[in-house]
Amino acid sequence: MSAPQMDIRYVAHLARLALTPEEEARFGAQLGGVLEYFEKLKQADVSGVEPMAHTMPLVNVTRPDQVQPSLPHAEALRNAPAAANGLFSVPKIVE
Amino acid sequence: MLNRLTVSELTAKLARRECSAREATQACLNQIARVEEHVGAFLNVDTAGALAQADVADATLKAGASHATQPLLGVPLALKDIIAVRGQPLTCGSRILEHFVSPYDATVVEKLKTAGAILLGRLNLDEFAMGSSTENSAFQLTRNPWDLERIPGGSSGGTAAAVASNEVIAALGSDTGGSVRQPAALCGVVGIKPTYGRISRYGLVAYASSLDQIGCVAKDVRDAATLLGVVAGYDPRDSTSVPQPVPDFASALTGELKGLKLGLPREYLVAGIDPEVKATVEAAIARLAALGMEPVEISLPHTEYAIATYYVIAPAEASANLARFDGVRYGLRVDGADPIEMYARTRGAGFGAEVKRRIILGTYVLSSGYYDAYYLRAQKVRTLIRQDFLKAFEQVDAIMTPTTPSAAFKIGEKANDPLQMYLEDIFTISCNLAGICGLSVPCGFTASPRLPIGLQLLGKPFGEADLLRIAHAYEQATDWHRERAPLAVA
Repeated sequence: MSAPQMDIRYVAHLARLALTPEEEARFGAQLGGVLEYFEKLKQADVSGVEPMAHTMPLVNVTRPDQVQPSLPHAEALRNAPAAANGLFSVPKIVE
Repeated sequence: MLNRLTVSELTAKLARRECSAREATQACLNQIARVEEHVGAFLNVDTAGALAQADVADATLKAGASHATQPLLGVPLALKDIIAVRGQPLTCGSRILEHFVSPYDATVVEKLKTAGAILLGRLNLDEFAMGSSTENSAFQLTRNPWDLERIPGGSSGGTAAAVASNEVIAALGSDTGGSVRQPAALCGVVGIKPTYGRISRYGLVAYASSLDQIGCVAKDVRDAATLLGVVAGYDPRDSTSVPQPVPDFASALTGELKGLKLGLPREYLVAGIDPEVKATVEAAIARLAALGMEPVEISLPHTEYAIATYYVIAPAEASANLARFDGVRYGLRVDGADPIEMYARTRGAGFGAEVKRRIILGTYVLSSGYYDAYYLRAQKVRTLIRQDFLKAFEQVDAIMTPTTPSAAFKIGEKANDPLQMYLEDIFTISCNLAGICGLSVPCGFTASPRLPIGLQLLGKPFGEADLLRIAHAYEQATDWHRERAPLAVA
């Protein structure tokens, strides 16, 4: 059985990733081979097996709701590609 | 020559005032100046900062501080450029973070600083730790000190190469599918990936959060134990760190192996292993048996699914983790007509090929219509893989395999074939999926060219002390760990 074909342009859009036509062709071929390899997983008998998201089943890890020291404003903005008036600047989202 | 010492040798000299931390730091900086153009392990060397830290360490020593309370006082180390150090670059080997400066210290960095370590700089890696050769760094190649035409392994290739070429005394990396153990094996040094949850990941940039763990690379097992003891421990800032007491790892190094059972998985000594690697590992089994361990054949029946399972789960988690790099709050931004175009252009320009491949793969296996067939199924197979190990550990104290199927390959040899590169991780990857601990220790060399071979020991959850004990006893009975690349001691 062969693996399903990936619509790489659609998946790249979901991932918000601009690809050149050359990348689309190259990654498409390479990932096709990887998906073919993933077909192996279908041979494993997983009936009645619980999925595992995490090997250490720590649940409901919380901390006391107390104010902790945090990054000063200027530090938080230090790596911003664009900032003004103590805020991150971004392109207009709503007309 | 102080740069050639181990942590235990250097701290003994410092304690006896036979050298200063400044001299040790200068020796490492001199070695970096001498070999770095060939090896390329560092992305950034903080010369002034390192010498200033060394002067503080010398003043602290003079004031009477001891290595009993500060085990790394005056010891020059370096970190993989994916672990945050306040005020230092944090590129993750990626253009998208080329100019990023970390605003805070990782928990392991706070611990290293408290222990008195001197941080020399930032070590090269595959972009966002995705790779097995360090060829995926956006900035430079790192070369194997044993043969400059070969890869050092990856993704912590800079970490292993820096230790193997005596540029630093020891170093930290991170291991998601073998990224500490594999480069340690290929460069002829010791690497340990502790149990998931043993070391805080606060300040480690996330690749695949259910698999990532910080690991230690050192010149011998005792140093690995010392370093692990410093950086391990529960941290409330990492909700996945486990509140488990940290044992005194050094006290586990007794040399006593009698009665311990060594599991040999029959699935691991089959297809694709280089004959020299196989012979070397068989000799190591005989050596451990002679030291009193009892070899027991075991089965890990779901081994054949490990690589496919990993390359579904890790890219899925990566596609979510790397969504944060969108040009809004930090890193590169490429403008677009609207926010969506800005995100896509920023990410298209900022990420390299392997990162893009994994984001696409991860997005695909999580997407509507494919989630059950790939991601959910892989999570179930992961359960089976973990059960294999837990069952095996009812019979044995540790499991032994080669760390890699062959010695270091040539630069460029697998660069254009991602699947071949993924298959390189066959022996190391299950350990992360199962959440157990693993260690690689030098166990011999290929004949021509002379390249290091690593022996992997896998242990029970939180069983690092057992692995260190076995590896240390093996080291005492052999001399492999004393061998250095000619370039490192020229």
